[in-house]
Amino acid sequence: MEITVTINGKAHTADVEPRTLLVQFIRESVGLTGTNIGCDTSSCGACSIHLDGEAVKSCTVLAVQADGHDVTTIEGMAAADGTLHPMQQAFMENHGLQCGYCTPGMVMAATSLLNENPNPTEEEVRIGLEGNLCRCTGYHNIVQSVLACAKG
Amino acid sequence: MTMTDQPTGVLGSRMLRREDPALLTGEARYTADLVVPGALHLAMVRSPYARARIVSVDTAAAVTMPGVRAVYSGADLADTWAGPMPCAWPVTEDMKNPTHLPLAVSQANYVGDAVACVIAETAEAARDAVEAVVVEYEPLEAVIDLEDALSDRVVIHDEIGTNRSYTWDLKIEETEGACDAAFAAAAYAVKERYIQQRLIPAAMEPRAVLAVPQPFGGDMTLYSATQVPHILKVMTALTLGIPEHQLRVIAPAVGGGFGSKLNVYAEELLCVALAKRHGVPVRWTETRSEGCQATIHGRGQIQDIELAADANGRLTGLRVRLIGDMGAYLQLVTPGVPLLGAFLYAGVYELPKAFDFSCTSVFTNMTPTDAYRGAGRPEATYAIERAMDSLAYEIGIDPLELRRRNFIPTEKFPYEAYTGLVYDSGNHDGAATLAAEMVGYDELRERQRSQNVPGATKRIGIGLSTYFEMCGLAPSRVLASLNYGAGGWEAATVRVLPTNKVQVVTGTSPHGQGHETAWSMIVAEKLGISPDDVDVLHSDTAIAPLGLDTYGSRSLAVGGVAIAMTCDKVVDKARQIAAHLLEANPDDLEFAGGEFSVAGSPDRSMPLAAVAFEAFTAHNLPDGMEPNLEAHTTYDPPNFSWPFGTHICVVEVDTETGETEVLRYVAVDDCGNQVNPLIVDGQVHGGVIQGLAQALFEEAVYDSDGNLRTSTLAEYLVPAASDVPPVITGHTVTPSPTNQLGVKGVGEAGTIAATPAVINAVVDALSGLGVRNVPMPASPNTVWSIINAAQGGSQ
Repeated sequence: MEITVTINGKAHTADVEPRTLLVQFIRESVGLTGTNIGCDTSSCGACSIHLDGEAVKSCTVLAVQADGHDVTTIEGMAAADGTLHPMQQAFMENHGLQCGYCTPGMVMAATSLLNENPNPTEEEVRIGLEGNLCRCTGYHNIVQSVLACAKG
Repeated sequence: MTMTDQPTGVLGSRMLRREDPALLTGEARYTADLVVPGALHLAMVRSPYARARIVSVDTAAAVTMPGVRAVYSGADLADTWAGPMPCAWPVTEDMKNPTHLPLAVSQANYVGDAVACVIAETAEAARDAVEAVVVEYEPLEAVIDLEDALSDRVVIHDEIGTNRSYTWDLKIEETEGACDAAFAAAAYAVKERYIQQRLIPAAMEPRAVLAVPQPFGGDMTLYSATQVPHILKVMTALTLGIPEHQLRVIAPAVGGGFGSKLNVYAEELLCVALAKRHGVPVRWTETRSEGCQATIHGRGQIQDIELAADANGRLTGLRVRLIGDMGAYLQLVTPGVPLLGAFLYAGVYELPKAFDFSCTSVFTNMTPTDAYRGAGRPEATYAIERAMDSLAYEIGIDPLELRRRNFIPTEKFPYEAYTGLVYDSGNHDGAATLAAEMVGYDELRERQRSQNVPGATKRIGIGLSTYFEMCGLAPSRVLASLNYGAGGWEAATVRVLPTNKVQVVTGTSPHGQGHETAWSMIVAEKLGISPDDVDVLHSDTAIAPLGLDTYGSRSLAVGGVAIAMTCDKVVDKARQIAAHLLEANPDDLEFAGGEFSVAGSPDRSMPLAAVAFEAFTAHNLPDGMEPNLEAHTTYDPPNFSWPFGTHICVVEVDTETGETEVLRYVAVDDCGNQVNPLIVDGQVHGGVIQGLAQALFEEAVYDSDGNLRTSTLAEYLVPAASDVPPVITGHTVTPSPTNQLGVKGVGEAGTIAATPAVINAVVDALSGLGVRNVPMPASPNTVWSIINAAQGGSQ
């Protein structure tokens, strides 16, 4: 099936198998490998992206379902001049990442969280990120990063 | 809250990580991200049985499927291997090690054991073809229980005739019978059994492999999500019989390891073997379900520990009996894991030479175990810290007081322990005092007394863990005495380029630890330059040919120290050149802030930048001196390093639901001098939550037929942010006297300390209800059942 998905502001048209997941389309057809795959049960959230502005796990969406929609991946977060998105900057300043594998998904989920709730409590951040697993940080500095970003 | 009084200059500053921008923007490339045209995809046919004879493998249907290039059974490839899958740690002369090939030939021995494989043009085609491979199995009875395995009722591997791999003893007595005598004379004694459940390491990046051959030149490049590119290179060369100098191993960005990527795996060997055979790149990316089954598990021990103490509660004897679960085969260091813990069973306490340790390790029909964050040391620390709480209960004193009575006094360091190992430095009372202050220990005990009254359903528990982490693996001669198959050194090269930029080549192989940042800080401090002018090269055996990689909290204490020593050599050479050019005696030159100056004549000076350029042009060097400013060190540490600390966990247990809420977690860690406290705290946070996860959430569950019931992240409970508390960190700083940086290491401290702290807190909360022990993971169901049993089943 031929689909067209706008990713980070650019339209991508490709012929995909109906069983192709959106995450496969992003990684393999479009070649944006910043979106990572960490599981096969939609448990880990490493593949989180924004679909029409809202965080979704891109392994839970078929590529054909994204036809005509707008996707932002981690590659679309920093400004064209290389300036990091405020959430990326907050993760860096608060040591919110170690191995970095969960990080793109975590950043996408966290920005979506702040879009919905610009001033969350620590508990709201923890609950808001419960769909994204991290094995390195113990979440402590991820939570601090999101709170710091919310404070601006 | 961080208490450290150390920072000076670059070392000790909370410098942000240079690794982060690439990781934060998706620019970093993990192995599965690498694009190589024409690569074939490998997929594995895995046994659905825990133990079964392979009667036949029919590949006829699979091989004709679209896109499929070849299908191989274990028998088809049996001649490919020059040797079996490697185990580098034959702990005893008579250790039994059954043949372990990348594809099993005659018998599968765990669910997930690979029996055949497919290579195809796409990953989907390969997986589809796996479904079409017809393997006829004759299911055999599986052995899951460790004591059942020990009985040899069913012998798993016919070729070795027993399920026992080895028995390893460590008996240390002042005079023969000292341990038995200590127990005979003990005023107090406790005898406990603890179960270290199996854990799934679950690094967030699944394993991935890509082998790229150069068919006409004969060279092979192996990309792998590994912690150990150097070890992998040697072992791949040996196992496949290919010349080591034609093999290059690269670990690109690696998404966590925790020991699970400290190994040599079937898929790595298969990708190389099949890339060589077919003359095209071959790649494989693990699915999470495969990872749960076929990447090593951690822990898996039954621990019997006995403490003897005098009337004051001071330890007089210690006896430990372990049964270690090796799983179906021995992986790279599987049998050595219990040995790494053997030296830590007396924890941070003084013990006379009255120690009796024995470990018998057995095969089972489950996924092989191996090193998982801490590797033997968390198990040992759990046992002694839980047993100390039991002893305190027996004596009727506060667990903190009992620990204080047994701490090795600060003034006795360096301290030669009962094992003969020398603990470099310590201040156990200092760390315990700070942790107690930070958590508000005395007030909490008051609150506990008023809250945990008869009938109370929300009960407070306070759990302590005062720990040692044996780090800096390892002095090579000590490893020799343990029969380990390699050394414990680390290599470094420091190269000052003509423009005064610096390349550091390290044999460590980071996968989240921030070595690029930390190593650049060490060089910056030593050479008086900006960290931004230092590039750190690693994880590619063509660029960093010498190294022993990253595991066992060794990277800083061995690899980082090697870099500092190499910087000294660079400065020594630069000093000779500067003295020559300044027409001064080298001994009269001072080096500070990146500049040489003649003592007493500050106008006569020369920056390192100028020396570097002179070394490069070589126009005017001292007679006989080689051009360029570069030095190399291979450093074999004289001793382990011994970080320590006190963790205190406060929980509230709801006796009606069995639910445990962690109210507060304080971690005071002393890892000696800190290169970068930001990174140190990050290591502690992550380690603590991983240790807490063992205590409360995680367990690899098998049914009696050997089926893994927790083979996805939907079933295996890696905690989420909402499941865990914040971690309040504090530090004392007791430098190690055995290396010039005074550093010790911190990678596993949190995991070692946290598990017993959490369980001690849960047991403490329930002690008024007659509960003396709670098995891990202390899930609500388990805790509720334990309370119910302790209350005589009245609930």
